[in-house]
Amino acid sequence: MAKQSSNRATQVIEAVGSFLRRCIGSILSAGPIPKHIAFIMDGNRRYAKKQNLEEGAGHRFGYSTLMNMLKYCYELDVKYVTIYAFSIENFKRRPEEVQSTMQLIQEKIEGLIEKESIVNRYGVRVHFIGNLKLLSKPVQLAAERAMNATWHNSKAVLSICIAYTSTDEIVNAVEESCKEKQKGNEKLLDEIGEGPLIDVADVEKHMYMAVAPDPDIIIRTSGETRLSNFLLWQSARSLLYSPGVLWPEIGFWHLVRAVLDFQKNYAYTEKKSKES
Amino acid sequence: MPNHVAVIMDGNRRWAGSRNFPIVFGYEAGFRAFKRLIELACNWGIGTLTVFAFSSENWCRPKAETDLLMGLFERILRFELEHFMRENIRISLIGDATKLPKQLQSLLVDAVEATQNNSRLHLIVAANYSGRSDVVQACRKIAFKVKDGLIDPNDINEYLVERELETSCTDFPHPDLLIRTSGELRMSNFLLWQLAYTELYFTNALWPDFGESEFLEALCSFQQRQRRYGGNL
Repeated sequence: MAKQSSNRATQVIEAVGSFLRRCIGSILSAGPIPKHIAFIMDGNRRYAKKQNLEEGAGHRFGYSTLMNMLKYCYELDVKYVTIYAFSIENFKRRPEEVQSTMQLIQEKIEGLIEKESIVNRYGVRVHFIGNLKLLSKPVQLAAERAMNATWHNSKAVLSICIAYTSTDEIVNAVEESCKEKQKGNEKLLDEIGEGPLIDVADVEKHMYMAVAPDPDIIIRTSGETRLSNFLLWQSARSLLYSPGVLWPEIGFWHLVRAVLDFQKNYAYTEKKSKES
Repeated sequence: MPNHVAVIMDGNRRWAGSRNFPIVFGYEAGFRAFKRLIELACNWGIGTLTVFAFSSENWCRPKAETDLLMGLFERILRFELEHFMRENIRISLIGDATKLPKQLQSLLVDAVEATQNNSRLHLIVAANYSGRSDVVQACRKIAFKVKDGLIDPNDINEYLVERELETSCTDFPHPDLLIRTSGELRMSNFLLWQLAYTELYFTNALWPDFGESEFLEALCSFQQRQRRYGGNL
């Protein structure tokens, strides 16, 4: 009986919360809404230490927070969300930590494609972005299954950067551009003697992140103000926002603040992108 | 202490505007702040200082304003070169100098050559610079080497790209600290590859008002940062 009324209370609170978010969303929609928000989800381990939790528990809390933040973004009609789930540099962490993180990632990727998951509720297509060959086979296969299961979703996009660094992405784009030019231009070179010409469009075409426009906002939690090799190319004109809270502590109001900052600077960024 | 500091000197025009001064006063006040910064960098033992003097995107400003800036850069080089020599400061230039006025290009080449053996502070001036263009020009150089059979595309790695970036004029191309003034929270296409693990510091002070106390605040902030480079705590 007590459990039933507790569930009922939770449902009421969630419904009220959802209603309030919709009201605030309507107010925010009077101004421009960012098309693409990227998150560096920093602070899970510090959160676990702060709460005296066992190691690894911080990442689980971080995952719940991520689901909430995705819900808020898609409710606000943000079409593209990108998250920095695991950097190539993170492989340098203790092997036990890397293994437990990978296990959690695999478990959560499989959860993503369940019927009631957030990606199906909001029609989200999922991309896994990075040097996926560096992942173990089970994680690679889980990622492929998730991409196949969601390829027909078209309302929004979630890009999960895993085994990713921006410098690795750029190197891969250069390599692919050179290979493409080499194949296409071999005959041309003999005739004209001019070298292959690589331009911005060639590099961008081969970026893993060609699936999304440049982020309007990059949010990094835990107060650290650096990009840590995330979306270096794509961040050229992004608004950078670094709230002091740890990732599991971030909430709807931080997102509102980021969107308001974006709207305040919108006229300036529009002018700058026209200039370029 | 950071070995390499990069600065986006933003806010000269807003500084002039807030005082109802003509824009040129803002740029001249900005130059005085730039001189203060060089002195501070020398006094605090900073090895390399990179400054974003002019972005490739700034050409869209009114011609009168860009002419004014080019004229100011020429005056600075003419009158300050002796001072840089005395202070043992080496000057390097990154960016596409070919679009700058011929006279300014020639002054820059002379300054780079005259100061090349100086060693107290390496001042890298980014003029008509774009972070994306820097990466693309590095890619082009690599593509030519692939075409000439010097490199196999499968051998392209981060080291090869970094060697071809314009910042290869220094042994420390990655700034430890980036300072941007005037409250803008973005990189604006400055040094994108090189900023992978750079600590970013944003201050609301407009560039002409940036002085010793603001510089010390930036250094203190840097010293409190925990740099992990993706690894363990």
